[in-house]
Amino acid sequence: MKILVCISKTPDTTSKIAFKNNNTKFEEAGVQWIINPYDEWYALVRAIELKEKDAGTVIHLVTVGGADTEPIIRKAFALGGDEAIRINATSDDSFYVASQIAEIAKQGGYDLIFTGKETIDYNSSSIGGMIAGLLDIPFISLATKFDITGTTTTVTREIEGGEEIAEVSLPVVVSCAKGVAEQRIPNMRGIMAARTKPLKVVEPAAIEPLTHVTSYELPPAKAGVKLVAADNVAELVRLLHEEAKAI
Amino acid sequence: MVLIFIDHADGHIKKASFEALTYGAALAKQLGTNAEGLLCGTVADDLALLGKYGITKVNQVNNEALNNLDSLVYGKTIADAVTALGAKVLVFSHNQTGRAVAPVVAAKLKAGLVTGAIALPDTSNGFVVKKSVFSGKAYANVNITSDIKIISLNPNSYKTVAGEGTAEVSQLNIAIDSLKVKLTAVNKVSGEVPLTEADIVVSGGRGLKGPENWGIIEDLAHVLHAATACSRPVADSNWRPHHEHVGQTGEQIAPNLYIAIGISGAIQHLAGVNRSKHIVVINKDPEAPFFKAADYGIVGDAFEVVPKLTEEIRKLHNS
Ligand SMILES: Cc1cc2nc3c(=O)[nH]c(=O)nc-3n(C[C@H](O)[C@H](O)[C@H](O)COP(=O)(O)OP(=O)(O)OC[C@H]3O[C@@H](n4cnc5c(N)ncnc54)[C@H](O)[C@@H]3O)c2cc1C
Ligand SMILES: Nc1ncnc2c1ncn2[C@@H]1O[C@H](COP(=O)(O)O)[C@@H](O)[C@H]1O
Repeated sequence: MKILVCISKTPDTTSKIAFKNNNTKFEEAGVQWIINPYDEWYALVRAIELKEKDAGTVIHLVTVGGADTEPIIRKAFALGGDEAIRINATSDDSFYVASQIAEIAKQGGYDLIFTGKETIDYNSSSIGGMIAGLLDIPFISLATKFDITGTTTTVTREIEGGEEIAEVSLPVVVSCAKGVAEQRIPNMRGIMAARTKPLKVVEPAAIEPLTHVTSYELPPAKAGVKLVAADNVAELVRLLHEEAKAI
Repeated sequence: MVLIFIDHADGHIKKASFEALTYGAALAKQLGTNAEGLLCGTVADDLALLGKYGITKVNQVNNEALNNLDSLVYGKTIADAVTALGAKVLVFSHNQTGRAVAPVVAAKLKAGLVTGAIALPDTSNGFVVKKSVFSGKAYANVNITSDIKIISLNPNSYKTVAGEGTAEVSQLNIAIDSLKVKLTAVNKVSGEVPLTEADIVVSGGRGLKGPENWGIIEDLAHVLHAATACSRPVADSNWRPHHEHVGQTGEQIAPNLYIAIGISGAIQHLAGVNRSKHIVVINKDPEAPFFKAADYGIVGDAFEVVPKLTEEIRKLHNS
């Protein structure tokens, strides 16, 4: 089986969020970059688990990004994965990114394409569905469990107030949420092996972006907390009822 | 025309779709055009009544096969409907269904998609949609330049307005592909308010010490008709089911009221809840970071404060 795992780079979860150039660019100074948690903890680790069960499995990683994404790819390699492809382009348009990955997927003949549920910086939750739409293959979003027997996959996905279990044949695109795999940390052998695994750089296909970010804003600051004494709970209820009109 | 996707489950239209309909109707007005709804499958609800949210017509692809979600089949069906109806803007709710379907439609139509919108677009110069980014820590203004534009609206970020009026219900004939995703089971937690749809959420953290103490959280949630949630370590220790985990790596929610009990307010937790309209924090540590993000707070022991709070709310409801 051939698996393609989509890997993206995001600021560390504790990063200070600030903007520069008249609020048109994210301030990267001092930011630590990590593999998007959904891509690492769930999508990539599940692919590795599948390979551990079936040694014939091949895992390719793909990222759309500049040379600055290579440390992220090496980190992913330390966990597992056989080869990586970096499409040398940066874009904040989901359609552009998905189209680039779809081009790679067409050439690679993958049985399974994993993405994360969403990136924690752009929060689009879009790339997986778009890749599926472009390749015209089924898509399962927000998977919390993923199993495979032969060429049939059994996937549990989140729905409002519960979950749905469905079966679908390969090939399929799956976006992975919490539950799909157990988070791992790389071991020394993995870290050593990561240095020499092949990372191929390809130039992007000509695709017209359909959206672009014009500016960023920070939310208005909170006015400050109103504290109520612990022996005066009735006052909190009054405030929630009369002032906030929330209950 | 602005077309709004109407999402349903168990025969009923979801609350998130009422918000999307209201939003879509307001957008149509802003653009000087009309708004229509699109429903795939069958429901028990009276579709004509959806006119009260400002739409003139509901287009229904009346095919029971569509009561089960297969993203690809749905995506193609909706794309065909957009083409057949000549819609220029398509609105989804950014709920689980929206996440499953909107990107497929966008790919099929080569339409620019902005997910997680929190306000009407600015159409004075282009078509600029404000969306939530960095897990609620910032907003981006995104211009859609394609001919057909797709927006998915964050749940609980646009207020539903119901007026007068009925909508014409019209059947739309679209041939659908056979489903490739075979649904084998649906497990719903019965009697609970779904977290992403809830107006009020009561959430507990490690401060509650153990799963046996969750009764006070559930009692409070019960009197408020609220959904329950928890911090990540609580779900990781299996004190609570995983689907209750909110935060950066869990569910992102934006209820009208979020009550955090025994939760420290780590940045990754805040990332899932900071779009809530009102935040109440109950924590025994006055230095807990959550107080900085809160509107109201009580410094105190959850085991004393929460039962009193439940009691006072009961009194309020009875008065
Ligand atoms: C990459 C990454 C992603 C993460 N994603 C998430 C996420 O999605 N969601 C999430 O929640 N966390 C997430 N975390 C973890 C996060 O950093 C915190 O560790 C976690 O939120 C802490 O949970 P807590 O507040 O329940 O527990 P604690 O930090 O242990 O806080 C317990 C609180 O309870 C208070 N308390 C104790 N006893 C009482 C009492 N009797 N009455 C009242 N208050 C009391 C204490 O004062 C304390 O403030 C993530 C971390 C990382 C590194
Ligand atoms: N630039 C990128 N390169 C490779 N994969 C990406 C990229 N951006 C997003 N993805 C994948 O798509 C998923 C969803 O991203 P998004 O739709 O941007 O929220 C991520 O979790 C990744 O798996």
